[in-house]
Amino acid sequence: MNRIAAYVIRDLLRSRWTIAYLLFYLIVGYAVLFLSGDISRSLVTFLQIVLILTPLIGSIFGVMYYYTSRDFMELLLAQPMPRRSIFLGQWMGVGVSLGFSLLVGLGIPFLTYGALYEADKGPFILLLALGVALGFIFTGIALITGLITDNRIKGFGASLMIWLLLAVIYDGIFLILLMQFRDYPLEKFALIATLLNPIDLSRVILLLQLDISALLGYTGAVFQQFLGTQTGVLVAAGMLTLWLLLPAALIRRLARKRDF
Amino acid sequence: MALVRFHHIHKRFGPLEVLRGISVDILEGQRTAILGPNGSGKTTLIKTLLGMVIPDRGEVLFKGQSVIGKYLYRQEMVYMPQIAIFPHNLTVKELIALVPRLRRQPAHPDPLIERFEVHHFLEKRMNELSGGMKQKVNLVLAFMFDVPLLILDEPTNGLDPIATIELKKLMEEETHKGKTIIFSSHLMEFVQHMAQRIVFLLEGHIYFEGTIEALLHSTETASVEAAVAQLMKQSHAQTQPA
Repeated sequence: MNRIAAYVIRDLLRSRWTIAYLLFYLIVGYAVLFLSGDISRSLVTFLQIVLILTPLIGSIFGVMYYYTSRDFMELLLAQPMPRRSIFLGQWMGVGVSLGFSLLVGLGIPFLTYGALYEADKGPFILLLALGVALGFIFTGIALITGLITDNRIKGFGASLMIWLLLAVIYDGIFLILLMQFRDYPLEKFALIATLLNPIDLSRVILLLQLDISALLGYTGAVFQQFLGTQTGVLVAAGMLTLWLLLPAALIRRLARKRDF
Repeated sequence: MALVRFHHIHKRFGPLEVLRGISVDILEGQRTAILGPNGSGKTTLIKTLLGMVIPDRGEVLFKGQSVIGKYLYRQEMVYMPQIAIFPHNLTVKELIALVPRLRRQPAHPDPLIERFEVHHFLEKRMNELSGGMKQKVNLVLAFMFDVPLLILDEPTNGLDPIATIELKKLMEEETHKGKTIIFSSHLMEFVQHMAQRIVFLLEGHIYFEGTIEALLHSTETASVEAAVAQLMKQSHAQTQPA
């Protein structure tokens, strides 16, 4: 697995797209931090960007990489390696490359700011960690859609639809349901609905840590009320880990059964 | 002796039954060409041996052992795929270093790099190469390992005449060393020159299996091209109502 991941990383770190993605974060990082000057407001801006962008780029990049390397994969599959090594290695490689862009792209502005001004580093580190985790989750989902269908358009479409569903539509449906059924006790529903969406989970983890109750929103408040800040963070982090294990299990299963 | 044995292989992709009970032995130390029109199941058959396609029924044996669900047996074979597409951003040199690392096997690329004149573009990235250059890299990757079985899918694709002549010599040298080669090709002249045995597939069945001499004799023709045309006509006549 590591041998495959290492070559994917070497291939991707030279790709124009990885570099463009890194530069984007670098520019946005400096612009937001130094133009706004307000550290907690910057952090919330970064949170919004990272929560939307890392899953989106993970989805697009994951599926694009799967299809463009499809023919080379034939050569890899003919080598004396188990299939799971090839696909888990590919997932690892794409996830690490995207994580690298995020860590370096936002990390450098954070470090510069930290060197110049007093700032609590914890939330920034957490934000980067959540971004990397989301990148992995959505790259994994993208790889799964690739493994399910050989039709590039369907695979690309499915991957984007899942992103759209979890990043945008989910919250909309969630809000409509909350409005429609506001006369009923909805806390448990809200709690479960949040646990089932990795993007919402990441938002809640960071906001609970930051303790900005005004931004917690309904789900964050439910988390805090039901589980308390510490347990809330632990439950959410545990669930996020499950979200990372799920693609791994599915990739293994799909890779074992498929014909190439 | 049979190095590879396909035993009653069936494979269906959705409504399409690609392999319909194929049984054939690949003899050790021989160059066997797998022929057949597009869609006859050549590549699918080869892929069942490589573990890339899992048969619905039947067994694939390599050195007497079933290969299904295993992967270590592939240390003893190399595969040269038909379409040479490689990671875009790796250089030729890196790719030639990568494959032995993945296989955990020693490789001897230098004589082949010299022979196919790959040294001119060793430092270039794969996406800067022409089709013919990529195919030469593909050849280096396949022939640089010392393994008993080579599987070459359309090895002449995109090669210039000089490289094709070198490939022919190389294939002969390898079988002189006792290696087994399975290959497919659309160039009947190449097949006639290189194959010692022929397996002709049609619509998922084996239509002919044997030496070139036996093929020419049974079809009463003078060339593989004419023999293959004859076999296709025969099958066509059989499937058409009188």
